[in-house]
This record gives sequence, C-alpha cells and structure tokens, in this order.
Amino acid sequence: MAPERRRLRRFTRTERAVHWVHAVAFLLLLGSGLCLYLPSLAEVVSRRPLVKGIHIYTAVAWAVALALIALVGDRRSLMRTAREIDRFDADDRAWLRRRPAPQGRLNAGQKLNAVITAAFALLFVVTGFFLWYGERDTRFRLPSALLVHDWLMYVSFVLFVGHLFLAIVYPKTRHALNGITRGWVDEDWALRHHRKWVERLHDQEAPTLEP
Amino acid sequence: MTVNGDEARPYGRRAFLGLLAGGLSSLYWAGPAARALAPVTSGFSQLLGNLLPVGGWRIYTISGSMPIFDEQSWRLEITGLVRKPLQLTYAQLRALPRAHQVSDFHCVTGWSVAGVRWGGVRFHDLLALAEPLPSAKAIRFVSLEQPYDDSLTLDQVLLGDVMLAYELDGQPLSRPHGAPARVVIPEMYGYKGVKWLTRMELVDHQPTGYWEGLGYDQNAWVGRSNGYGS
Ligand code: HEM
Repeated sequence: MAPERRRLRRFTRTERAVHWVHAVAFLLLLGSGLCLYLPSLAEVVSRRPLVKGIHIYTAVAWAVALALIALVGDRRSLMRTAREIDRFDADDRAWLRRRPAPQGRLNAGQKLNAVITAAFALLFVVTGFFLWYGERDTRFRLPSALLVHDWLMYVSFVLFVGHLFLAIVYPKTRHALNGITRGWVDEDWALRHHRKWVERLHDQEAPTLEP
Repeated sequence: MTVNGDEARPYGRRAFLGLLAGGLSSLYWAGPAARALAPVTSGFSQLLGNLLPVGGWRIYTISGSMPIFDEQSWRLEITGLVRKPLQLTYAQLRALPRAHQVSDFHCVTGWSVAGVRWGGVRFHDLLALAEPLPSAKAIRFVSLEQPYDDSLTLDQVLLGDVMLAYELDGQPLSRPHGAPARVVIPEMYGYKGVKWLTRMELVDHQPTGYWEGLGYDQNAWVGRSNGYGS
C-alpha cells in the first residue's frame, strides 16, 4: 500500500471567502468597466446606463460582502494573515532578488501581490467614488480620477493575468489552487514550495515527540 | 517563529502605505504628467490603437441601444425659425462644400483625444440653404437617440472650427461615434456635440438640453465650466 499522502490545512474558510469575493467582484468590475471603456465592446453591448449600474452596484456589493465577512468570519485568521503579509524576513528579501530561499506559508511574491491588491482596492474605491460623486457635485470632479482609475485597471489586469497563469496553467505552482478552493494542500508539494511553513507546523504539532 | 524571524521587517505595510500615497497624490499629478508625457506616449498609444480596440475614445450613450443609420431613410431636417424648412438626404449632405480639420476632443469626465481628423460641413453652408429668420438665435440639435438633444447659439456654431462632421480619421463616421453625422465644437466638452443627428431646430432662445437638465453647464467651454477652472 502506498504511504498515505499527508494534507496540510492552508486557508481558513474566512480567508477563502475573502479571496473569492474579491475575485468575483474583480471580474465583474473588469468586465463591466471594459464595456464602458472600449468602443468596440461599447458598440456590442451598447446599454451604457445598465452597464454603469452593474459596475457601481457590484462595487457596493463587494464592499458590503467584505465587511460582512470581517464581521461574522474568523477575524483572528485574517489578522494573522495580515501580519504575515506585512513581515518580509531575510529569506523573503533574498527570494525577491531571485535567489533560492525557503519560504513561509506565503512566499514573498504572494505577499507583494496581496499588498498591491489591497492598496489598489482602496484606490479603485476612492477614484470610483470621485467619478460617481463628481457627476452629482462638480466641486468633486477631479479630471485625473478617470485617468488613475484606468491606470489601476491596466496594472491590475497584468497582475491578474500573471496570477491566473501561476494558479491554473503553470504545472509547478498550480496545485496551490487546491489551497484556495478546498483549503488544504499536499504536504510534499508544500515542502517544495513553502518549507518553512511545513517545518513550523511540525514544530507546533509534536514538540514532545522530540528526543 | 521562523529562523530569520527576528530579522523580519514591516515591508508589507510600507509598500501598502507607499502605494496609497502615490495613488492618492496622483489625483493631483496624473493629469499634468499625462500631458507632459503625451509626446512620448501618443506614438505608443497610436500603435496600440491600431492593434487593440483602444483609441482613447469612450462611447457614451444614454439609452438602451445605439441608433442604427439607414442611408435610405435617414434625413437631416432643418426646421423652426427658417425661411425654407428642408430635409437633406445623406447624399445631399455629402454633396455640400466639404471642410476638414484636426482638433482635440475633450470630455467633461476627464479624458481627451488629441489630433482628431474630422471631415464634414460648416454650419454657414448648411444654414445658407435654410435661411434663418432674424429672430433665430440658437439651434436645437436633436439626436436619433431619444431623448438626447442639446443646443448652441448661432454665434457658437459659426466659430471657425465648428462643424457637422460625417467623417472621422478619413472614414465615414461609425455607429459608436454618431453615424451618420455629429456636431463638433472643439472648444466645448463633448456632450455639446450631439451624435446621431437627425434634426436642427432654429429657436429664439436656447432650450435646456439633456445634459443641462442633469446639471451640466449650458456653455461647456473646455477648462472654464462644469466646475473646472473656478
Ligand atoms: C471597487 C470600486 C469601484 C468603483 C466604486 C468604481 C466606480 C466607477 C465609476 C463611477 C466609473 C465611471 C462610469 C462612468 O461615469 O462612465 C467607473 C469606470 C470604470 N471602471 Fe470602475 N469602479 C470600481 C472598481 C473597478 C475595477 C476593479 C475595475 C477594473 C479592474 C474598474 C474598471 C473601470 C473602467 C475600465 C472604467 C471606464 C473608465 C473610462 O471610461 O475611462 N473599476 N468605475
């Protein structure tokens, strides 16, 4: 009998909920935003007032959903993850300089991606608010708000494509998808990609078994 | 914690705050920066525009669908305070003296397209056909897209670079750009340039148009209206 493959719990339900709320909202906002932005799409879809409504209500729903998760979800796991994303140790810094270095539960690239995503989310909301409110009160009409909203879209689009590639296409990393969908990953995969995380889990699990 | 735990540095929050500061401050510098870089970026965006469906234009519509231009049935009606009310077919419109111009297009929401090549007719030539009465002071432009209308004074339509355009960048005006004809007044924001034009009504005072009804200025001078430059 083959030895049983060990699974490691990677993300809590709350963490996964945050990820998927963000992903779905991003796709809807990107799709509706592009229909507002690209003449060729605008011609095909053409119902601008409807598309604009979808865009704005998706933004509101997204913010409400995140607030709800923070309210009823496992806040401790979110705080723990936030702390983890904040800290870049010497291995992380080496990894970013493309030197091989063992990584924690999140590698330095994942942390950076999370930081950028969070900052961009806020910037999308701020610029989107000015676009919406500037239409109602010209004192809040900032000519750059649209420009910045567009630039954020371009940069996050590129990040998004890279994210999809690593999560779905690239054979070495795509097992990670299991972590964010079902919450666990295989231990041998984790040992290759997140060694420090696995080692720490073992330290916590069985300190007394150590001689 | 980790082997290198004590060396961990709070780069995450620094990057987060740095991005926020950069992004928020760009609300002040993005516009000027984009204009300063325009000579560099416009070549690139033209190249991009040829490859991808991005040309800087955003297509605004106010209703559920874009009007479809049918060359057989379309007419441009000129009515109201004129001696000779008339209807032009598309062929008759295209047979009028043709004018060309290159001008910048500015939208009130903040985007611009530089160096747009328009072809069309001057209002001087159109109005000569209909002979406005002395009491006529303005033109109400009515779009095929209901209920989009807007107006300009006779003084404004006779400015040197104002036209009724039926060509954009050497091509007949496409559907998203207001086929077959739209008003072009570069010194005002785009919402004054009625697209999918079907009727011009000469009136003795400017009515409230669609966008003015939503709080936008009647005189939409670029940089001097709608909250800008005040
Ligand atoms: C999360 C909060 C967001 C809010 C409140 C928001 C709000 C808005 C508003 C009010 C507009 C202007 C619509 C108009 O007046 O025509 C707009 C346009 C747009 N949005 Fe968003 N948005 C958000 C997020 C996003 C995201 C995540 C993306 C894409 C990844 C996006 C892409 C776009 C695009 C491409 C446009 C068209 C801009 C243009 O015409 O140049 N938005 N958004």
